[in-house]
Amino acid sequence: MTAFVQHFTFEFKTGLRNSTLLFMNYLFPLGVYAVMGLVMTQVNPFFSDSLLPAMIIFVILGSTILGLPSPLVEAREAGVYRNFKINGVPAASIVAIPVLTTTFHALIAAGIVALTAVPVFDGVAPNRWWPVAGIAVLTAFTCSALGALIGVVAANNRATTLLSQLIFLPSMLIGGLMVPLNMLPEAVQRFAGLLPTAHAMQAFEGLAYGRATTFAPTVSLLILLTSSLLAFGMAIYLFNWDSRNQTRRGHPLMALVVLVPYLVGMVL
Amino acid sequence: MNDTVIQVRDFRKTYGETVAVDGISFEVQRGEIFGLLGPNGAGKTSTLECLEGLRRADGGTLDILGVDPTRQARKLRNLIGVQLQTSGLPANMQVNEAIRFFCAYHDVAPRYDLVERLGLKDKQRSQYGQLSTGQQRRLALALAVAHKPPVVFLDEPTAGLDVESRAELHALVQELKAAGTSIILATHDMAEAEKMSDRVAILLHGKIVATGTPREITATGAGFTKISVRTEQSVLHQNGAAIPGVSRHLLEEDYAVYFSTDPGTSVTALLQYVNAHGDTLIDLRVERPTLEERFLEITGRQ
Repeated sequence: MTAFVQHFTFEFKTGLRNSTLLFMNYLFPLGVYAVMGLVMTQVNPFFSDSLLPAMIIFVILGSTILGLPSPLVEAREAGVYRNFKINGVPAASIVAIPVLTTTFHALIAAGIVALTAVPVFDGVAPNRWWPVAGIAVLTAFTCSALGALIGVVAANNRATTLLSQLIFLPSMLIGGLMVPLNMLPEAVQRFAGLLPTAHAMQAFEGLAYGRATTFAPTVSLLILLTSSLLAFGMAIYLFNWDSRNQTRRGHPLMALVVLVPYLVGMVL
Repeated sequence: MNDTVIQVRDFRKTYGETVAVDGISFEVQRGEIFGLLGPNGAGKTSTLECLEGLRRADGGTLDILGVDPTRQARKLRNLIGVQLQTSGLPANMQVNEAIRFFCAYHDVAPRYDLVERLGLKDKQRSQYGQLSTGQQRRLALALAVAHKPPVVFLDEPTAGLDVESRAELHALVQELKAAGTSIILATHDMAEAEKMSDRVAILLHGKIVATGTPREITATGAGFTKISVRTEQSVLHQNGAAIPGVSRHLLEEDYAVYFSTDPGTSVTALLQYVNAHGDTLIDLRVERPTLEERFLEITGRQ
């Protein structure tokens, strides 16, 4: 227990102490949020309707998908996990603790958005607040687990950037953050079903705002939950303490199993 | 009581077609410093990594106090301490945090005394990335021994250290040895290996090509003992003295220098020669071949 507390405390502090992580956890996403709140709500008044959930998802993406993977790759390349392994730090802790601390950072940033979007930027308040909290927690954990999985399977930092952008860019463009999902062409809506952010947005719309949604919000929650557990489990299973270690347990392509819930959702 | 702490028998490690270690055997006793020497690619790192439980052996047996490193990793972690050659710590981890973190995983109380002992007291709140190379290596050593393991692996422990830090680290290693800790020292620094090690093994192309105490290893080579003599009237400069055991000689400033395969006989003959010619001895130096010279002889020959 002491080891877990020490490890958790260190990783949490790292999220504030490391300038890159501080930027990705808070400065970048909250800076973009401020600009969107000031500018986008003036340019497009309809954006106020989705400002709160869209920006909650955006700040979560910043710390999880963009921020989490690179430090994992860098630590592996620097021999940190090699040292951890020798000293008995379990692979599960090496993966799980950064996932948890990143989830916490993401939720702190999301909390700042939730507290300020309505009074500061005239965002539309949800009908019910408790689903906002629940969906934010689930989305943060799902994206953290995905971020950890990217960090585990990526061979180097260039691959990390590529894989992160494969999720981040489509999420911004067709995930329902900037443009409501129901305004997109049907084929694009189907493709958006592969994105966790689209499901998170649908869950916010349906459960917190009581609006009509393209996907069934409870199914979206189920998809997020299943994929988060799959991503978390695969990140631990595929974890490799050293890039030179040739005896890893599975092929990195096994990570694609996290797409299964989204594909099932699309079919249904 | 059996004092063998590490037992390596016919150990073999391959990477695809490449044989990194080819059936080596050695033992390390309790309280012994065992030097593992060899050029790059000789198999040192593979041997260490398998003993540390980082890789699986492909043949033979490895045993550390009755524990198989590749199959009993959980039992192994409190038996060994490892000072890695590369950093192995997150750049933003503070010195005190590192002590707390590793001690917690070894289930022992934080060893802040080691921070003070290794001259890092003023750096307790400094992040690892802000420490100098020497400070980083001292911290790595502190972490390796914090849980008082009976076996410690030191990989290039003094690389990049200044003279003072090196002496401090050597003193700590000797303390560990006196307390019964067995130490495997992998180093390129032959002077350090010669000074610190009770026994050494020289690895080359995955095989042990020489093993024994540093004195035994230097004694078995074809290396010559260097005898330097300085006298008042430099009588040895003037005459071509025939000294038994000497294969060649030369003049270096005020010294007549002889290379001998039989230093005892040669020194006696030189002193008799100086006396017989009415000269007076000012300085006499006898330098045995160093481990480095013997190492270069072995590795060069092969």
